[in-house]
Amino acid sequence: MKSGSNLEKILEGGTFGVTAEIGPPQSANPEPLIHHAKMLKGKADAFNLTDNQTAVVRLSSIASAAIIMREGVEPVIQMTCRDRNRIALQSDLFGAAALGIKNVLCLTGDHQIFGNEKGAKNVFDFDSISELQVFDTLRREGKQPGGQVIKDPPKVYLGCAENPFATPYEFRAARLVKKVAAGADFVQTQAIFDMKMFEKWMDEVRARGLDKKVHILAGVIPMKTAGAARYMKNKVPGMIVPDEIIDRMKKASDPKEEGIKLCLEQIEILKNMKGVHGVHIMAVAWEEIVPRIVESSGLLPRPSFK
Amino acid sequence: MIIAKRKPVNEIADMVAPYKKVTVVGCRSCVAICLAGGEKEVKMLISALKVKNRKEGRKQEFDGLVVERQCEKEWIKEVEERILDSDLVLSMACSLGAQTIGDMYPEKIVFPALNTGMFGVPEEQGVWSEKCVGCGNCIIHTTGGICPIARCAKSMLNGPCGGSSNGHCEVNLDIDCAWYEIHERLKLQKRLDLIEKVNPPKDWSTAHYGGRRIYTREDAKLTQHQKKGKEAVQ
Repeated sequence: MKSGSNLEKILEGGTFGVTAEIGPPQSANPEPLIHHAKMLKGKADAFNLTDNQTAVVRLSSIASAAIIMREGVEPVIQMTCRDRNRIALQSDLFGAAALGIKNVLCLTGDHQIFGNEKGAKNVFDFDSISELQVFDTLRREGKQPGGQVIKDPPKVYLGCAENPFATPYEFRAARLVKKVAAGADFVQTQAIFDMKMFEKWMDEVRARGLDKKVHILAGVIPMKTAGAARYMKNKVPGMIVPDEIIDRMKKASDPKEEGIKLCLEQIEILKNMKGVHGVHIMAVAWEEIVPRIVESSGLLPRPSFK
Repeated sequence: MIIAKRKPVNEIADMVAPYKKVTVVGCRSCVAICLAGGEKEVKMLISALKVKNRKEGRKQEFDGLVVERQCEKEWIKEVEERILDSDLVLSMACSLGAQTIGDMYPEKIVFPALNTGMFGVPEEQGVWSEKCVGCGNCIIHTTGGICPIARCAKSMLNGPCGGSSNGHCEVNLDIDCAWYEIHERLKLQKRLDLIEKVNPPKDWSTAHYGGRRIYTREDAKLTQHQKKGKEAVQ
């Protein structure tokens, strides 16, 4: 075992994994995290704590992880390269590992133009792939990019994201090859709405044998309104939402229920798709719905290793 | 070349307002080509400032001149008298020109009329785009001749990120995604293997992050003797 995390045991043991997301609050108040941790405990194998997602200032991912761990919930911290150079990234990785955090998701990070501090100076000393490579070398050899070799390297399970729906499409599976070569153990994909396109990407992933080398967790987003679907189609770069889905949401008498139904249908397809090893549920600002989605998908109870 | 943009006239007028005698110094180099600080722009700025002064009842004296290259001491030397004869020098060169005058005459106050923007190229009449950030260690032989440090909003070495949308950058959908362009260029050149291998972190110490850079070439430097001879001629 690289880290001995719950997520690692699930995925390496061949069980269909479930991860979900908890968005840290835009304040110094830990209560929303504690509330979500109590509500979501046992409903997924690990929970991502986003790192100032869309460049909006929030309670830090590592601090949020430490808070939910006190409630007995396993975190996946997200570490973007936007705000920290290689000194801070390594330092935070050591700190996170010392706190008992075992799962780390390496991301380049959303540009600050999308957030609430548009005048910020970004860093991008690394990108997600060089971050993965550096963290993997650290955990295996204790070797830092500057050349120093450390004792007691961090024992972490490394993840990444990949977006099958960004251009150039023909390069997206090849880019996952790079992430695997750089050391990724698992990948959480961008939210899937265009299932045909995702299957095409999976064909290429399987053809390259990637499903044997990295655990693929397919991303889903339960939607509450047709507006949310339209927003994702038109305003979120690199996201593809077919018109049929927007239509379905628009015509529904109860859009929330339709959104849940749609999400359950997607999970059902993904559960049976060769090479998909789990789902990643991103219920943005709707964490309350996660238990019902996991339960209705027949994915409860989650295996326990204690 | 260096691409600059003139500051708004009102901002410049406020900056120069307290000074009686203002010498406006343009440059015939990069900023003339990007239509920001050449001869024509010096004349236009002075007349705009004069019009504003007439409206607001302010009295100021303006002198306008243009030098060949404001970043080179030799060219500044030629107009030394007019610089020394002013209360304020308003430089219409890039910041390099303004700083050269300031460094040569430290008692003189030198203000910038331009905002110096980037190393860029004219794409078409009236359009300039950034293509280099001067990182000090060029890698474009590995990226199809396209610089991702300057042209990718995240300076990625392993792009494109998940925000590449129809070949455009997530930060500004009017701008091409640099890594999309790199992919297409390398495909055309049948060199896609270059984009499929992991690029390790870049050593940024050759860029500005390593501190202010001073490049020297010993073989090009003048000896003390040669320097003295040059001074005697001048």
